[in-house]
Amino acid sequence: METFILQLINGIRTGSIYALIALGYTMVYGIAKMINFAHGDIIMVGAYALYLLWSVAGLPLPLAMLLTVVICAVLGVTIERVAYKPLRKAPSLAVLITAIGMSFLLQALSLLLFGATPIKSQNIVQLKGFQIGSITVPGLPVLTLAVTVVCMVSLTLFINKTKAGRAMRAVSEDKQAASLMGINVNRTISLTFAIGSALAAVAGILYLSQYKSLTPTMGALPGIKAFVAAVFGGIGSIPGAMLGGILLGIIEVMAKAYINSALADAIVFGVLVIVLLVKPSGLLGKNRIEKV
Amino acid sequence: MKKMKKTVCLGLVAAMAVSAFAGCGKKTDDTVYKIGGIGPLTGSAADYGISVKQGAEIAIEEINEAGGIKVGDKTLKIEMKFEDDEASAELATTAYNAVMDWGAQAILGNVTSGACLAVNPLSNKDGILQLTPSGSAAGCTEYDNGFRLCFTDPLQGQLMADYAKEHGYNKIAVIYNNSDDYSFGIKDAFKARVVENGGEIVAEEAFVTDATDFTAQLTNIKSTDAQVIFVPAYYNDAAYIISQAIELGMNLPYLGCDGWDGVLAQLKDNPNAADGSVFLSPFVATIEDEKVQSFVKKYQEKYNSSPSQFAADGYDCIYVFKAAVEKAGSVANADVIAAMVGLEFEGLTGSATFDAKGEPNKGAKFIEIKDASYVVQE
Amino acid sequence: MNRKKKLSGKALILFRAAVIAVLFVLLALVVELKLLNRMMLSLVIPVGVNVILAVSLNITVGFLGELSLGHAGFMALGAYTSALFTLNVKGLPPFFTFLLALLIGGVVAAFFGLVIGIPVLRLHGDYLAIVTLAFGEIIRGVINVLPVTGQAMGLSRIPQYSTYVWVFFIAVITVLISMNLLKSRHGRAICAIRDNYIAAEAMGIPVTRFKIMAFAIAAFFAGVAGALYAHNVTFIKPTDFDYNKSIDILVYVVLGGMGSIKGSVIAAVVLTLLPNFLRSADNLRMLLYAAALIVIMIFNAGGYKARFLEKRRAKKAERMEEKEV
Repeated sequence: METFILQLINGIRTGSIYALIALGYTMVYGIAKMINFAHGDIIMVGAYALYLLWSVAGLPLPLAMLLTVVICAVLGVTIERVAYKPLRKAPSLAVLITAIGMSFLLQALSLLLFGATPIKSQNIVQLKGFQIGSITVPGLPVLTLAVTVVCMVSLTLFINKTKAGRAMRAVSEDKQAASLMGINVNRTISLTFAIGSALAAVAGILYLSQYKSLTPTMGALPGIKAFVAAVFGGIGSIPGAMLGGILLGIIEVMAKAYINSALADAIVFGVLVIVLLVKPSGLLGKNRIEKV
Repeated sequence: MKKMKKTVCLGLVAAMAVSAFAGCGKKTDDTVYKIGGIGPLTGSAADYGISVKQGAEIAIEEINEAGGIKVGDKTLKIEMKFEDDEASAELATTAYNAVMDWGAQAILGNVTSGACLAVNPLSNKDGILQLTPSGSAAGCTEYDNGFRLCFTDPLQGQLMADYAKEHGYNKIAVIYNNSDDYSFGIKDAFKARVVENGGEIVAEEAFVTDATDFTAQLTNIKSTDAQVIFVPAYYNDAAYIISQAIELGMNLPYLGCDGWDGVLAQLKDNPNAADGSVFLSPFVATIEDEKVQSFVKKYQEKYNSSPSQFAADGYDCIYVFKAAVEKAGSVANADVIAAMVGLEFEGLTGSATFDAKGEPNKGAKFIEIKDASYVVQE
Repeated sequence: MNRKKKLSGKALILFRAAVIAVLFVLLALVVELKLLNRMMLSLVIPVGVNVILAVSLNITVGFLGELSLGHAGFMALGAYTSALFTLNVKGLPPFFTFLLALLIGGVVAAFFGLVIGIPVLRLHGDYLAIVTLAFGEIIRGVINVLPVTGQAMGLSRIPQYSTYVWVFFIAVITVLISMNLLKSRHGRAICAIRDNYIAAEAMGIPVTRFKIMAFAIAAFFAGVAGALYAHNVTFIKPTDFDYNKSIDILVYVVLGGMGSIKGSVIAAVVLTLLPNFLRSADNLRMLLYAAALIVIMIFNAGGYKARFLEKRRAKKAERMEEKEV
């Protein structure tokens, strides 16, 4: 039983990072209707930015974190303007390929700038774990979970309660109608990418705090896992991304713990397939009614 | 529409023609010895390929500064062209042909086993010497022209299993990379030998390349009565495992393999975490040895990072080529390959004697981590 | 009228046969006389394999309009089954061994395409994409734990049976079959499904059956391509067929223009050659490749191409007018 609870904590630890990344994925997908494959690599950029600002340039940690978020947000908006905007009228698959190209580009750039040898970062956040009975709950996963919940709640409130959020929902429903209603579609989509990339920066910071190592390809695996998590929860749904991320983490860890660690990924994907076959638009996704 | 396509096509054909014929008509220059290097320079194995390349570059610089390779009354300067194979077997064959177009006289590579296995038949057909710095799969030296500088996977696994027995470890847990032939090969041989030695593998946990979270596997091991954890993997994986085990409150010792060199640099935040662990390595950058320290200094000056075992392998390979050519007294492929057999060599990664099978027959060094530094066990 | 049409049909066949023959003779000359350098010659087979992969994926993505991210999984099935066949069957002449291996690779992949397609093709869009990705990874994961496949060590020393002749003719067959598929009654049905699913269903087209058929055909050729790949590279391991490989193939299809067979062929050729041409750029290689990918995509699909062509046409018309004056 104790091992089971420990494994559950491990699952939440992995899952909360997935959830945080998936929030950004789902946010961009929900509004701009595109899969931003470069999302995972923005996490990588965020991690390197924090490392440079804090460990190398020696800025105070809160300032470095703030700047990291700003850098990623600006990067996200720039990528959208340069690479995705010209393709807004093209088929969505064309944008997907551009995003894949962007992902390659960011990895290649970081390989050129920082080399392939993993860079070790210092401890960013020191958190004491706490004791429940005989079980030690480590601090950082709890923090990650808390940050993810805060991000999810504020994102939901932002989209549902603010003017800009309403504009986003309108753009997501129908770009043309939205622009007729006086909404600046370009600015709304830019804002979406800014928020999505800022979330990626936060994920990058927490990822670096947890695993303390930097490589140019570090964003790829969590990126694809988070994408899966977002679809699992119902892509476009913000609570769905959170739920999908956490569940994915738990299923992955449980598969490693109780079935077979060599088959863990296959098992995770198997569960995903079954869930999608039963609920074709993910756990919390809206069932879109097809119109003729 | 059509015109556009035509222009694009024409442009491509022109580009093709230029680069495709660029290699033709080049005569072998008798003042240089050309070495073709192949390894991953991009992708998730890039670290290993880039290290080999950089280590080799330092050796080439040294040799050329000192005059070059002496063959008869001539001295040859070394030139190297290093092509990216992304650790993929398919790209490796293209990369191999690219260095052959350039006029390579010997092949340094491939850095990864799979790519090496794909290139072996091709280099054998060309009858050219192929020396892999780090291709550790058993098949890499199958052909007469194939040699290696490193230990084989099975040998490492067996040596570590025997070490475990000698030190009274009977209950052993293993964490290995399920998608990597190197890790998998060592694990298989280790497991077989442990069972043979009467020991027991109490947990066998897998992970995938680029994984960063090992807590699930470690928690599983925690609930067993393992006395030691064997981690046949590269240093960055090992570092994740060690630091996450500490977070889980585990303090078992570890056994490692030659991919472990460099692990301490990844454990800066908790330098004593790996104390008591033992791994097998032909090269340790921090060891008190004049040759090693001179290499480390040059490497750090030039590339601003500490050399790994791969860098030392690349460096040594270049000196092996030099020794083989000088022993042969000729640059003809057959002569150089013949000279490799029985060649005795002393390098950064220890002393080696190449046999007809292509193996280096190196003595193994066990390295213990004590007080956050590497100590060679006698 | 009718006769004329028939004639033109015959002429078309003759014309195509002539084009294929000329292409083959050119290729044979280049390869046999070694007119290109070794690197280029070693790319002939990979180019052909990628053409087959792209054209076959185009059946799913281009014609069905469904995003599949698991094509490499079918390729893996073909590669492994065919390699295991040639490694274990002794005594047959190489030609027949290889022919059988190719067929086995294709059929096994098609069978799995069928089995996977039946439940999965009820999904649409991104959900279908993720489920195909999942199946690709499940196939790879299972191959990775089966002892018979050599697991992470892979299968090595597979006989090198793939030649440019095999690859050329299989690529031609793939192209012809997908062209005919497009023009046949089935093909029109498939396109109707893509263009308007509900209308197609209302017209009485057995939508699901056609989709599954197209999916299985695509899987068949992916399997054959995998077999050709295995018998060219001579070494395969599970990581060769991960989702990145599926994405590579998808890039060919989208870049070439979804639904366009010609486009898929050109894109597969160009994108297989491009990274190798960029070898001289040394460590800037991947950066340039990525940049090229983005630029080509924006140029192709972003309306720039249309504007560019229009401008040229306008200029030409102007010149013509001037001449006339």
